[in-house]
Amino acid sequence: MTVQKTYAEINAKIKAGKAVVMTAEELIELVEEKGLSKAAQEVDVVTTGTFAPMCSSGAFLSFGHTKPRMKMQKVWLNGVAAYTGIAAVDAFIGAAELQEDDPLNSNYPGEFRYGGGHVIQDLVARKPVKLKALGYGTDCYPRRNLETTITLDEINEAILFNPRNAYQNYNCAVNLTDRIVYTYMGMLKPHSGNANYSTSGQLSPLLKDPHFKTIGVGTKIFLGGGVGYVAWNGTQHFPSMMNIEGQELSGAGGTLAVTGDLKQMSPRWLVGTSFLGYGATLSVGIGVPIPILNEEIARYAALKDEELFAPVVDYGEAYPSFIPGNLGFVSYADLKSGKIQVNGKEILTAPLSSMPRAREIASTLKGWIQQGKFELTEPVKTLPSPADGVIAHSIKEA
Amino acid sequence: MSPKRIVLRFGTDSSVKPIVYRLVKDYDLVVNIVKADVNPQKEGTMVLEVIGERSEEGLNYLRDLGISVQDLNQGIVRNEDKCVMCGACTGICPTGALYIERPSMEVRFDGDQCIVCLLCTKVCPMRAMEVRL
Repeated sequence: MTVQKTYAEINAKIKAGKAVVMTAEELIELVEEKGLSKAAQEVDVVTTGTFAPMCSSGAFLSFGHTKPRMKMQKVWLNGVAAYTGIAAVDAFIGAAELQEDDPLNSNYPGEFRYGGGHVIQDLVARKPVKLKALGYGTDCYPRRNLETTITLDEINEAILFNPRNAYQNYNCAVNLTDRIVYTYMGMLKPHSGNANYSTSGQLSPLLKDPHFKTIGVGTKIFLGGGVGYVAWNGTQHFPSMMNIEGQELSGAGGTLAVTGDLKQMSPRWLVGTSFLGYGATLSVGIGVPIPILNEEIARYAALKDEELFAPVVDYGEAYPSFIPGNLGFVSYADLKSGKIQVNGKEILTAPLSSMPRAREIASTLKGWIQQGKFELTEPVKTLPSPADGVIAHSIKEA
Repeated sequence: MSPKRIVLRFGTDSSVKPIVYRLVKDYDLVVNIVKADVNPQKEGTMVLEVIGERSEEGLNYLRDLGISVQDLNQGIVRNEDKCVMCGACTGICPTGALYIERPSMEVRFDGDQCIVCLLCTKVCPMRAMEVRL
């Protein structure tokens, strides 16, 4: 008998405390033990998790008005500029923004110790943050200067809004050149001296729903330790499936734009992050629940590290020069084993995405659902899937 | 006898003295210099492996010269509150002092294997590896 469940049926079970909830890794074990059909019947919800640097992140802050009123034209939070080209006392602090006096890469490789991601972590840790603002003065907003400290609880709104998070899949980075390169994929030694990768593989949200059958606009998720929602597809959302040697592979693929109230999030799951020689960013914890509506959804949710592959890309020459192609594919099972083979050479691997934290997210979300605290939402709009064939453009120069 | 692994830090005045020679000649110690560095201000850092029955006397000689002597495995510490166990450090640690335990994928730090190269202090994206002076 084929399995067919609805969101309403699953939510009724969650409310009654009877839903069967598993992490994606537990589902893999169950499928191995009982087979896919049985597992799809038994399990109602599968939870996923990822905790990794996600640069396209930030927060809208609305500070509240000063007396006399001020239209903030420039704003700095702990010396990090926030974007104020929106209403008078609103600003957007971006994760990758740096302090005004940061030496950047002038002392190569720069350390980028403090940026917008660190400001967000400090805010959510309830630390006082220095706010400096300049205005040009208008009849309705006469004030021109402000220097004070704020805390997250004192400002009116703080809305985390991350335009691109939870990359479906990502490159495994190596460096074929004869010099060290410092990248957003970490420090890469010459002559493929190491390989860095950054997804949680079999726990990664979008690798477990590659055709966007359940994850869409309005999907309620674990975000930064609190509850958030999928707002839209993320920027650079290019879901695709490749067929290589008969194996269905996810490309770099889809992304999510996510949002939620920063005030209910936690500094454990929004962590300011610095990449030597590259810049600052924010590590974000995201967990997405996948309702097992049918066997097909269960089949994707049960994909394991051996069946999920990352392209190996040269970040010494090919990536910066925008030369397409890759050096082949490696499985997440191999990546997590600590070594991969690329063109006959053995390379040691290191993750940038925390598996222990990804597991903690998946099991925390599982707990919320089991306790009836977290119901699933049916997407109000589906996101473009591989079938839609979204094509990436590059900038054309005259 | 297992070697003692120590970190020495010395100021401008002592960095010109032939301390390794004295340790060998006067205290009969076998000395292996793991790492040595003198900065432009002529302040030095040296990581040594020292073996010998009179090693404690030798270390006291260094202390009397005003040199700070510290056990190596206390030189670099992991700030457990900051570490998120991503594993980025494990790819660049030259001695495997930072490594991933499988299948938990948890990051471990074995201070005994650390040679205080300090690479992790800059590469760790959370800056969780700290120098204890």
